[in-house]
Amino acid sequence: MHARPLILCGLIALAAAGCRREEREHSARPIGEQGPGKVVLSELFPGGSPPPGGSHRRYEENAYHMNEGKRLYSWFNCVGCHAHGGGGIGPPLMDERWIYGGQPENIYASIVEGRPNGMPSFRGKIPDQQVWQLVAYVRSLSGQAPKDAAPSRDDHLSAKPSEQQTPAQPPRNSALPTASERRE
Amino acid sequence: MTAPVGPFAQSALHVAGPQAAHIERLWWLMFGVSAAVYALVMAALLIAILRRRRAAVEPEPRPDPAREQGLGRVVWAATGLTALTLFLLIAASYLTDKGLDALAHDEEVSIEVTGQQWWWKVRYHGAPESRGFDTANEIHIPVGATVKLTLKSTDVIHSLWVPALHGKQDLIPGQDNVLYLRADRPGIYRGQCAEFCGFQHAKMALEVVAESREDFARWREAQLAPAPQPADAVQARGMAVFLSGPCVMCHRIAGTDAGGVTGPDLTHVASRRTLAAGEIPNNRGHLAAWIADPQGIKPGNHMPASNLDPADVRALVAYLESLR
Repeated sequence: MHARPLILCGLIALAAAGCRREEREHSARPIGEQGPGKVVLSELFPGGSPPPGGSHRRYEENAYHMNEGKRLYSWFNCVGCHAHGGGGIGPPLMDERWIYGGQPENIYASIVEGRPNGMPSFRGKIPDQQVWQLVAYVRSLSGQAPKDAAPSRDDHLSAKPSEQQTPAQPPRNSALPTASERRE
Repeated sequence: MTAPVGPFAQSALHVAGPQAAHIERLWWLMFGVSAAVYALVMAALLIAILRRRRAAVEPEPRPDPAREQGLGRVVWAATGLTALTLFLLIAASYLTDKGLDALAHDEEVSIEVTGQQWWWKVRYHGAPESRGFDTANEIHIPVGATVKLTLKSTDVIHSLWVPALHGKQDLIPGQDNVLYLRADRPGIYRGQCAEFCGFQHAKMALEVVAESREDFARWREAQLAPAPQPADAVQARGMAVFLSGPCVMCHRIAGTDAGGVTGPDLTHVASRRTLAAGEIPNNRGHLAAWIADPQGIKPGNHMPASNLDPADVRALVAYLESLR
């Protein structure tokens, strides 16, 4: 008989823990306040462990940010080159290969600074929060975001499974594809 | 010039078109019937309350069969009258629906209205299509002309409701709904999203400007033209700020490199009466405030704040104000 209130308390605690998933922030910092200092461009660190930080993971744990990222991904025409993850003019984003690193900070740098061979720099065009939302969504394309927050459906017919159903691809650093690889 | 917005710009009882007139007639019929029923019920209740109560000690008199029969007849008559009234209302509602659909489908103007969180994208179709153009939150129509509205949505279900012209019609993602309407007298009629669509649903309004055919043709020609070039150094700086800043990610100005399509088309933004979907009047102060802090005016909307230099904001506003 005593188990029932305990189970109830446990359920309430569980439900409360899930609330962050739906948290919404509307007044983010304005466009133009972007700090390049926070971004780490390498995945190699002396001692073998990455420096402290990583607060940007919270965007991946939040369904609202994730969904906004998905919306912005087509609004800002990322689909134009990367398609819905399969790539085209730009490299695919749904596989395990990352030319410039697959950590959130690396993807942030790719968007803000741009990359050689065609990736434009969006510095000063997109507020910081929206870049992080895009980063979270881009990582969900290769199944790296938590399943409980990743988008589970598309508004349109889609040839690939939803971001939530995508199997996780462990990120692997990769050189630029060679000419023969590109022909494949 | 069109008439200024009156206090009844958004009223189903101050109609400006044939379809809204049908709805208004039905409204008055329903009101009359409901008021009469209400008065009768209240009167019966009052009689029951005020009738002198029999003393508690007095024994209940034996029911009089003739009186009982009379009461039974009254109940039957009242039931019959109620059923008849309801059938009358059904018939009136059916005839109103038929009346709404009776407007001939030979449209003079064809407009596509796309609901988005939380504003209205308005596209005028032209013949040929290169004579079409985009605007936002303001629909101009010629008085006396049948107008076809094709209703779409890109995100969630919205509903277009301009009470002075027509009833509500939903805008549904993945489906085109069609609404034919006509305005019979010039004026500015306010409309509103009538289906809860998220955080800023209450601030998703639009205006329908009904004007003479000549005024409409003039407006249409003006909207078709590309944006004017900056006239002075301040406006030129504003244009540079627009093109090099974050604005181009979402907004379009025809005649420049700005080609974003996710936000409202700004080619002739200064010709519009309101900003932010009817939320604030379109003037210098409100425009600057909107650019500086859109989240303060409409929290949750998709325009982010930008960290522009005050002089840049002034130049930007001067440039946008020149886009007539």
